[in-house]
Amino acid sequence: MSGNMNLTLKIWRQANANAVGGFVTFNVKNISPDSSFLEMLDILNEELEAKGEDPVAFEHDCREGICGACSLVINGRPHGPLARITTCQLHMRHFKDGDTIWIEPWRAKAFPIIKDLIVDRTSFEKIIQAGGFISVDTGGVPDANAILISKDAIEKATDAAACIGCGACVAACKNASAMLFVSAKVSQFAVLPQGQPERYQRVQAMVKKMDEMGFGSCTNTYACEAECPKGISVRNIAQLNRDYFNAKLKSENVEA
Amino acid sequence: MGWFFRALNSSIGKKFVMAVTGICLLLFLIIHLINNLTLYGGPEIFDTVVKNLESIKPLVRVIELVLVLIFVLHIFNGVRLWIENKKARPVGYKVNGSSENSDLFSRTMFVTGSIIFIFLVVHLRTFWVSFNLGHPLAAEHKYYQIVAEAFSDPLYSILYVAAMILLGFHLNHGFQSAFQTFGWNNKKYFPIIEKLGLIYTLVMVIGFASIPIYFLFFYGGNL
Repeated sequence: MSGNMNLTLKIWRQANANAVGGFVTFNVKNISPDSSFLEMLDILNEELEAKGEDPVAFEHDCREGICGACSLVINGRPHGPLARITTCQLHMRHFKDGDTIWIEPWRAKAFPIIKDLIVDRTSFEKIIQAGGFISVDTGGVPDANAILISKDAIEKATDAAACIGCGACVAACKNASAMLFVSAKVSQFAVLPQGQPERYQRVQAMVKKMDEMGFGSCTNTYACEAECPKGISVRNIAQLNRDYFNAKLKSENVEA
Repeated sequence: MGWFFRALNSSIGKKFVMAVTGICLLLFLIIHLINNLTLYGGPEIFDTVVKNLESIKPLVRVIELVLVLIFVLHIFNGVRLWIENKKARPVGYKVNGSSENSDLFSRTMFVTGSIIFIFLVVHLRTFWVSFNLGHPLAAEHKYYQIVAEAFSDPLYSILYVAAMILLGFHLNHGFQSAFQTFGWNNKKYFPIIEKLGLIYTLVMVIGFASIPIYFLFFYGGNL
């Protein structure tokens, strides 16, 4: 078919967390510009499997930009060169015939490589387990609108809750900091009445866990916001900082 | 007090220390610049200003000590953050796309900070040591002449101006970054803070850099 592309791929391959990794060059031919980036990798993997070789391991699930499973740093950009999309939403029409594409995994101490392009993002789960939830009594369903919430608060909360936890913020940050992720998960509750009982406990526990997991510190480069597929604002980081200071000043818990 | 030091040692706490000390240094630079601009008043005015500072020496010494403490905290925390942040990504990227998602000022804070530190040492050697530790002209209260002689060296003046431009890089990011760290970021007023930061930076860079340029080109051999 006309308009199809031949590409050179430089893909990071690493057998497991402890193995030495390196770039391997692959040539893919006759790629349709209408195929997605992950479909292009599927085609490569089918060729590799047909030859009896080990396919390139990469993570994916919903392939419609909402699950947060896909990753990949493409030519130095998490989720590729386009703003506000995940890798699965990136299409090959944004590349040119003959291009060389560098494909790397998320790079962070807190995201160890499992295999090839797949990293272990359990550290995010640990942060959520530390406090990224609200405790709710079981029982009858409460009346809708029993607690009035302003439209502004709802908008802030839902904007923050759009975070899919993919880790692009960590991958983009020159310090591998998880501040944008943590700030979204703190802010989505901090601005709502339901989040108030555990507000200060939550922010202290989540920041403590974030530091324990080996993420870097935020130096306000705002690369995270630029690369976030959901456009999570760095104003959430300001909210996180405010809540952290307030927690330290107001909470009487000297152990936190 | 354990909670207090634990808080300051958290990732957000270290940022907070950087921001507070940074703001103190921003304010100090304003006072420093006002003092420097008296050089444009000529030898008499500048020498009188410095002589007046001599008369309140104990107070000046206390302020200098506080200033040293602020500098040490800022530098110590900055270096510590840089080392820790390097450790957070042991294996780097082959292709670096950071120019696409962040500005140069924010990415070069450690480099510009390091160069400013070297400048600071040279600067203190040239002026603070001369003014305070027995330069023959200082004994005669001819401080203006010390400045004029230092900047009569073209190489020294050019390096001075270059250092001021790098200081501008550092200040431009630092100003708005401090507000973000304090959590004072809001859709309405943050653009104003960013513009204020740029104006502050331009005033500081042009103000400080104008002095070596003035002495090099316009003051000439008029010593």
